[in-house]
Amino acid sequence: MSRITTISTRDLAKSKLNGGCGECQTSCQSASKTSCSIANQQCEKLK
Amino acid sequence: MIHRYKNNGYNIIIDVNSGSVHVVDEAAYDAIGMYENTSKKDIENTLAEKYGLTSEDSAELFEDIEALKEKGVLFSEDDYKDIAPALKGRHTVIKAMCLLVAQDCNMACKYCFASEGEYNQGSRCLMSYETGKRAIDFLVENSGTRKNLEVDFFGGEPLMNWDVVKRLVKYARSIEKEKDKNFRFTITTNGLLLNDEIRDFINKEMYNVVLSVDGRPEVNDRLRVTQNGKGTYDLIMPKFKDMADSRGQKDYYLRGTYTHYNTDFSNDILHLADLGFKQLSIEPVVAPKEADYALTEEDLPILLEQYEILAKEMLKRNDFTFYHYMIDLTGGPCIYKRISGCGVGTEYMAVTPEGDLYPCHQFVGDDEYKLGNVFEGITNKEKQQDFLDCNIYAHKECDECFARLYCSGGCVANAYHYTGDVKGVYEYGCKLHRKRIECAIMMKAVENDRR
Repeated sequence: MSRITTISTRDLAKSKLNGGCGECQTSCQSASKTSCSIANQQCEKLK
Repeated sequence: MIHRYKNNGYNIIIDVNSGSVHVVDEAAYDAIGMYENTSKKDIENTLAEKYGLTSEDSAELFEDIEALKEKGVLFSEDDYKDIAPALKGRHTVIKAMCLLVAQDCNMACKYCFASEGEYNQGSRCLMSYETGKRAIDFLVENSGTRKNLEVDFFGGEPLMNWDVVKRLVKYARSIEKEKDKNFRFTITTNGLLLNDEIRDFINKEMYNVVLSVDGRPEVNDRLRVTQNGKGTYDLIMPKFKDMADSRGQKDYYLRGTYTHYNTDFSNDILHLADLGFKQLSIEPVVAPKEADYALTEEDLPILLEQYEILAKEMLKRNDFTFYHYMIDLTGGPCIYKRISGCGVGTEYMAVTPEGDLYPCHQFVGDDEYKLGNVFEGITNKEKQQDFLDCNIYAHKECDECFARLYCSGGCVANAYHYTGDVKGVYEYGCKLHRKRIECAIMMKAVENDRR
């Protein structure tokens, strides 16, 4: 693909099958407290 | 659904539902933009006219686009809506608590949403050890099979009740093994009371520490002042430097707030970076719109540009991290987390010094949202249902937003305070967040190039 470069990302559709353990950090326990940023929370299973 | 944008010379396509990110040239950017609602012949003509592409070039590009579609990483469908009803019916498992160990503060920051720790309740008090212990037990009892439990010592200023903080940490550690739990403690402090003993205990026990400072001395001291109105910068900065260095410059955040008075906030972040701090964060102020320091509509374009300036400067320097730009594309959360929101009122709750339970720290003091207490449990189940129902599909504005799987529907407390509805959205905050996500992903594209 000469015109398109795909950056490596987690397969969200696949995570529907094996996700949802709920062990990852709650976003407000990090540094926000007044906004919600979840995409920088690490998955505990992928750590 | 896709989102196309240009940032720092990069053409970026986000495939919203799969979470895929593509960096493309100008021709592919146009072609993908037109692909779903324009005939291939018309796209081909446009590409020939604008970029001199031959029919063969266009055909190759169309093949590539089709291949990405086939792989489910471009124009992918939202295949997650069936998860939402299950989230509504989920059992309430609590795994994170914000303990307001001190509803009191030794500073008098003029923008404090907690009104110097009083949370608009007109009284100041400290949490007793017994109440805190009961809160820890309540957390354990309601955590089901969750192993990792999070406790944030918050206030007011939690160091004003330091002895209780220490005793609660020791108590929680003493039951970890028996209960098969792993406590992760964090603390958010203004730093005034930090000393060597407190620093060492925090470093031994706390997973993360949040140190509050707004940046440049004149910016910090305008709003972050002592009870007698004096600036706090000189009092706290040596302590923060010591704390950050003693943690090896990791597992902490210097966390600031920007307001109408420092819309050039990138300079505050860079000031802190120049001092050698490596983990930085700054948030827009939460304020009633009549406040003199509240952000205005006129401020918005300046703020959006500031995020771009900050991203570009970070790429040049490469010597510190910014909380909102630490997006994790490969190891980030699963789709359940992305859909279900921050956990407010369900798996996350705030506890007042009296042991009262609120959906989060930003609801404390609002009687309507008192959910119960740590002695009797959740008594206002009807109100809690509002939060159980809250996921990205509950915010209709999120349907068309590319950022929804990065913010999970945004801060529910902000939505409530802005619209009066926990299922509303705080559009001003959304605009800022969309820009932050765009910048963060652009930075990933640069990193990818540099590899």
